[in-house]
Amino acid sequence: MASADVDVGTELSLGLPGGGAEAAKQAAKRGFEDTIDLKLKLPTAGMEEAAAGKPEPAAEKAKRPAEAAAADAEKSPAPKAQAVGWPPVRSYRRNVMTVQSVKSKKEEEPEKQQPAANAGGNSSAFVKVSMDGAPYLRKVDLKMYNSYKDLSIALKKLFSTFTTGNNMNEGKLVDPVSGADVVTTYEDKDGDWMLVGDVPWEMFVESCKRLRIMKSSEAIGLAPRAKDKCKNKS
Amino acid sequence: MSTPHSSSTSSAPHRASPPQIPQSLTLAPTASSSASPSSSSASGMRDAAEDDSDSPPSQMSEDDPGGGGGGGGDRWEPDLRGGNGGAGRWAPPDQVLENVLESVLEFLTAARDRNAASLVCRSWYRAEAQTRRELFIGNCYAVAPRRAVERFGGLRSVVLKGKPRFADFNLVPNGWGAYVSPWVAALGPAYPRLERICLKRMTVSDDDLALVANSFPLFKELSLVCCDGFSTLGLAVIAERCRHLRVLDLIEDYVEDEDDEMVDWISKFPESNTSLESLVFDCVSVPFNFEALEALVARSPALRRLRVNHHVSVEQLRRLMARAPQLTHFGTGAFRSEAAPGGGLSVTELATSFAASRSLICLSGFRDVNPEYLPAIFPVCAKLTSLNFSFASLTAEELKPVICNCINLRTFWVLDTVGDEGLRAVADTCSDLRELRVFPLDASEDSEGSVSDVGLQAISEGCRKLESILYFCQRMTNAAVIAMSKNCPDLVVFRLCIMGRHRPDRITGEPMDDGFGAIVKNCKLTRLSVSGLLTDKAFAYIGKYGKLIKTLSVAFAGNSDMSLQYIFEGCTKLQKLEVRDSPFSDKGLLSGLNYFYNMRFLWMNSCRLTMRGCKDVAHQMQNLVVEVIKDHTDEGESEIVDKLYLYRSLAGPRKDAPTFVTLL
Repeated sequence: MASADVDVGTELSLGLPGGGAEAAKQAAKRGFEDTIDLKLKLPTAGMEEAAAGKPEPAAEKAKRPAEAAAADAEKSPAPKAQAVGWPPVRSYRRNVMTVQSVKSKKEEEPEKQQPAANAGGNSSAFVKVSMDGAPYLRKVDLKMYNSYKDLSIALKKLFSTFTTGNNMNEGKLVDPVSGADVVTTYEDKDGDWMLVGDVPWEMFVESCKRLRIMKSSEAIGLAPRAKDKCKNKS
Repeated sequence: MSTPHSSSTSSAPHRASPPQIPQSLTLAPTASSSASPSSSSASGMRDAAEDDSDSPPSQMSEDDPGGGGGGGGDRWEPDLRGGNGGAGRWAPPDQVLENVLESVLEFLTAARDRNAASLVCRSWYRAEAQTRRELFIGNCYAVAPRRAVERFGGLRSVVLKGKPRFADFNLVPNGWGAYVSPWVAALGPAYPRLERICLKRMTVSDDDLALVANSFPLFKELSLVCCDGFSTLGLAVIAERCRHLRVLDLIEDYVEDEDDEMVDWISKFPESNTSLESLVFDCVSVPFNFEALEALVARSPALRRLRVNHHVSVEQLRRLMARAPQLTHFGTGAFRSEAAPGGGLSVTELATSFAASRSLICLSGFRDVNPEYLPAIFPVCAKLTSLNFSFASLTAEELKPVICNCINLRTFWVLDTVGDEGLRAVADTCSDLRELRVFPLDASEDSEGSVSDVGLQAISEGCRKLESILYFCQRMTNAAVIAMSKNCPDLVVFRLCIMGRHRPDRITGEPMDDGFGAIVKNCKLTRLSVSGLLTDKAFAYIGKYGKLIKTLSVAFAGNSDMSLQYIFEGCTKLQKLEVRDSPFSDKGLLSGLNYFYNMRFLWMNSCRLTMRGCKDVAHQMQNLVVEVIKDHTDEGESEIVDKLYLYRSLAGPRKDAPTFVTLL
């Protein structure tokens, strides 16, 4: 069965440091290739290309993160950057298939028991996700995902409509209005806002009440608290 | 930019029926009169009488015969009459003749016919305006709501389309427009007897839905396709207030989540028997009150179409089918058991339920399908005319036992996971197939791709009556496309998407020019999407042979501006042209000047346009609205135009454009 990794090579940095230090470093370099619109990128020799008068900074920047992503052993070799909205599959369909593909990957991992992976939905963990600057909220079911990586992929898909054209920021999800880098934070059971990624995934799912994607500048000062909390709990 | 003078006299009086004419003659025939294809309802919406090709999005697809009609038929001329025809103050000398005219015109349903009739003379214009029951507006910004309301006296049904189609692929930034609010505000007071609203790619708020519910006491049908902006709050108001509701179709909408608890909108339907005939809500992805749905279905004796979201298990499906054995169209939700593996409903029990649903002709859903349950649908396969597996990752082995029973299938949507082998199985059985759509499981340029020219060839050999095809693949040959052009002479819609950019024929290494050339030459296409490596030659063919093409989509194709010129000069019926990532410059754009008024719109993104060229167009064409759309984060002015959207309009530049849209 084609376990579709629909995001081959498309790594999103939502500022999630979880998953280990190594992954954290690479997360910073990964390219937001999915939304880079490479103009006039014609790979085949047969095409006559009238001199592309303008330089292609987007292509340059896309290549660097792509090469960095290739260093990640988990991923297949990074493909060239993808164009926005190509192939022309409606975002509605893409969203449905993304959710499905994550679910089917989970089912292929026998060591993980998935009590909530069923249509009844009797054990789900819906949380609201807001992104500063986006016109409306989304909701995700945290039980549908296994890891911060899966969540990151899903969030990127959900908010991809707000990030078209953000090809100048080297792969980070950016605030659609100001262009600044963003990070993902969450509100836990105690009402505190913490950076996503500091605690083990299962603990995160248990304690997360809602998610918020905000500008990096506003998130300063959160990380130490998360670590403190961890120490207190363990 | 000037707008044609619109009469400031008040609109013609709104009369339900002139007093002298017997009531029976003034009741317009229902939209389901479809004696000939050209007289199908202008919107292309599915008719109650038609039971084929009923997969949801094709209901409002651009392919349908009336869908390209726009406001003015094939050759559009500015409506210079403005509102003068509505000068109801002036009574014609022969009132009887006018009344006779009206009763005769009642029988015209197709917009194209009506548009023609309205141009005959003032008398016919007025009579037509009073008797038109359905208004189709292909671009909500082409005309102001007030103007439409002034012209037409007795509308019962309005169809509106908003954003350009490329918005579906994230190419139009959020907040671009297409708000339905001004329309609802205008329609409310003008048409208290309005029964039907169909919207595609528009932004609809909960307040808009509430206004609809409050404005139209006889409201019967709401259809929202690819819309956004509303939540279950709005749905609750519709359910509660529209006591005569027959149709609530929500198709591929983006339904927001409200801030507080989810609203149990299903419970809000009237407690007595309802008139519901169709309830489609598979895109409303939040969980819902199943017991309320079951009760609703039980008290809706007219229900024929039901499509639920993925929060429905097979056990629940069984209960629904027991309540509604008369269903004709069924969207099956997840098609999986909610119980642990080993427990739950048996296949045989589920099959019994399907066997009892003797009227089923259309199945969809299968959102999280457990293939073990597929045999449950065997009892209905032979009667199915439409089957949508496009969200089900099935292999060829899983598909074959099902498809070999579907001898009457006319519409089939599927994922490419079934491979060429699965398609061969389709070709072997479904000789009556009219519409095929093969979607990619992995929608990326570098995916493996599971279907190829082999599958296309097989389909062309087995499904000779094919009329419409959408095919995503990674490998294609000219030979297969040529074969299809010869084997399937009835093709009118050909949309081939070779996902990798600029891919040539996989065997010969040649461009795909000849394949597309053959398809336009041998088939009477009205809609074409091209892909693969294409030179100007392909477009020379398209211009030469594509005389019936109304919608053309071009991506990563062509060598030079000649391609655009071929298109504009050759495709005389062209209404909608969408182009992306192709080496076309201002020169190519300007070669279309003489043709833009005949088209509904032109969209170009990531080509080689500049502000100068676009301003040139705007300057020379006063009745065009020329929009240059930036992405949100662009700073300052740039000479390069990334996104251009231009369209003819009687309304002039719109007032609701966001800051990232520049109207030239």
